[in-house]
Amino acid sequence: MKKRISLGRRNFLVRAAQLSGLLFLAGCENLSRKPWFEGFLSSAEGVTRRVQRAITPRRAMAREYTEADLSADFPVNGSTNPDTEEYVALAANQFADWQLEVSGLVEQPTDFSLAELRQFPSRTQITRHDCVEGWSAIGKWKGVPLSLILEKVRPKADARYVVFHAADPDESGNYYYESIDFEDAYHPQTILAYDLNDRPLPIGNGAPLRLRVERQLGYKMAKYIMQIELVDRLDPIAGGKGGYWEDQGYEWYAGI
Amino acid sequence: MEEPNKKEEASPDATPEEGLSAPIPSEENRIAPLPPDRRWRFRHPLFVRLGHWLNVLCLPILLMSGFQIFNAHPALYWGERSDRDRPLLAMKAVRTENGEMRGVTTLFGHAFDTTGLFGASRNEAGALYRRGFPEWMTLPAHQWLSMGRRWHFFFAWIFVLNGVIFAFFSLARRHLWLDLLPKKEDLRRIGAAILDHLRFRHPAGEEAAHYNVLQKIAYTSVVFVLAPLIVLTGLTMSPDIDAAFPGLLTLSGGRQSARTIHFIAAFAFIGYTVVHLLMVAITGLRNNLRSMVTGWYLLPKSGAEDEETN
Repeated sequence: MKKRISLGRRNFLVRAAQLSGLLFLAGCENLSRKPWFEGFLSSAEGVTRRVQRAITPRRAMAREYTEADLSADFPVNGSTNPDTEEYVALAANQFADWQLEVSGLVEQPTDFSLAELRQFPSRTQITRHDCVEGWSAIGKWKGVPLSLILEKVRPKADARYVVFHAADPDESGNYYYESIDFEDAYHPQTILAYDLNDRPLPIGNGAPLRLRVERQLGYKMAKYIMQIELVDRLDPIAGGKGGYWEDQGYEWYAGI
Repeated sequence: MEEPNKKEEASPDATPEEGLSAPIPSEENRIAPLPPDRRWRFRHPLFVRLGHWLNVLCLPILLMSGFQIFNAHPALYWGERSDRDRPLLAMKAVRTENGEMRGVTTLFGHAFDTTGLFGASRNEAGALYRRGFPEWMTLPAHQWLSMGRRWHFFFAWIFVLNGVIFAFFSLARRHLWLDLLPKKEDLRRIGAAILDHLRFRHPAGEEAAHYNVLQKIAYTSVVFVLAPLIVLTGLTMSPDIDAAFPGLLTLSGGRQSARTIHFIAAFAFIGYTVVHLLMVAITGLRNNLRSMVTGWYLLPKSGAEDEETN
């Protein structure tokens, strides 16, 4: 029996498929620019955070590795040198004049010098850093557990977030900052690191002090920390989303 | 193109069990009149059709937003770390001696010029620039990692929930057992089935009322192997999930391995989809599309082609 393949129909189908593909893409592209749609897509973040928090034990530890697993070079990413007058002066003096100001909703606001931070009991951990871009690196971090600092300054009852203010501004003069909640702040692997691979933290990696929150992506781990502020809400700070990258559209919850 | 007159006359002689499904919603349970040379079967229950079309929506979005995410660091590695001097695959842009930009893709150390496609492709103005996958393959089109992640995770949730609902109904209504899992006699005929497929001879008549053995193997492995694999390797890229379930890291061989497997699984989905669409087209595009929309499938006549099947 003769096959009745109509070229016209076939062409029509191919064109229709191409057209619907184009419309689909244009539609997606268009939707990406609509704030309400971004809000709609972002609803997944809350679901992800709640579900991950529900199935992750509070004290679940990120995997720790051995010296043999260390990356040959720990990549330097994001801002690599805060070129401000203040920072350059501090770095010139090996950060001897640097002070970490811990303030906000705390009973006892305190300034810590680098030497004082090094006198606290320290924690050393060899962990994997997962960048939001997709690469991973393994480094050996030594620092003071954030929980020890918090015990010292005694958070007030209404404090909910720990905000890290950094020394590096972008071209528009917005300073880098980040925030975590208390669940992450009191996690044993959350440390204020001053050493990387047994040496003082290099400037490229955030000297003199950077945050390590091992169960989140790299952009949460603020470098060049100058001030820690305890707050009850994030919306009055900078762009209001709880961090420099969050203000640019990244998720506040960076557990995935 | 006559459509079945299925709502008006009920015919008692085709029972639901003959079709592909278990119980059928009552309205659809009415069977069309059977012309002497045609037989209708109710082939796809509602949960199969809904799940299928949701996947049609999710997969391209997941794929293209996945390419967007990949483009932030267009290289793949094995193990826990990404040692940049030892990628399994990398898409790079290089400058030739005369200053011209070229896209170079390296795979296991072999370099290929992929200018215009991978490594360097053209923007709207027609200029080559550094880019893993080209704009027309990524969602959004230009480099916008955070928006790519938003699309990816939102539709990943839809895809996962859809899969869980599908798995539930497949078990509860014995779809997995009755229709999807190959039986012993199916497997015995597998050689013949492969030969028939290669000769473009497809089941007709009553035989076409059920998935053939190759369909069963393909669908079962996509739904119950490939989809869980891509979800699990996706979760292994989450530092939080890794802390809670370190076994995932061990299973995949590391975080970067998980990323690589996730990427390969995405291409397995593309490969599956290409073959699937080809089979849909050559075994009767209209008939297949209609059955995936309405559930009703017209059994192809043996030894003859009619306009419904091309």
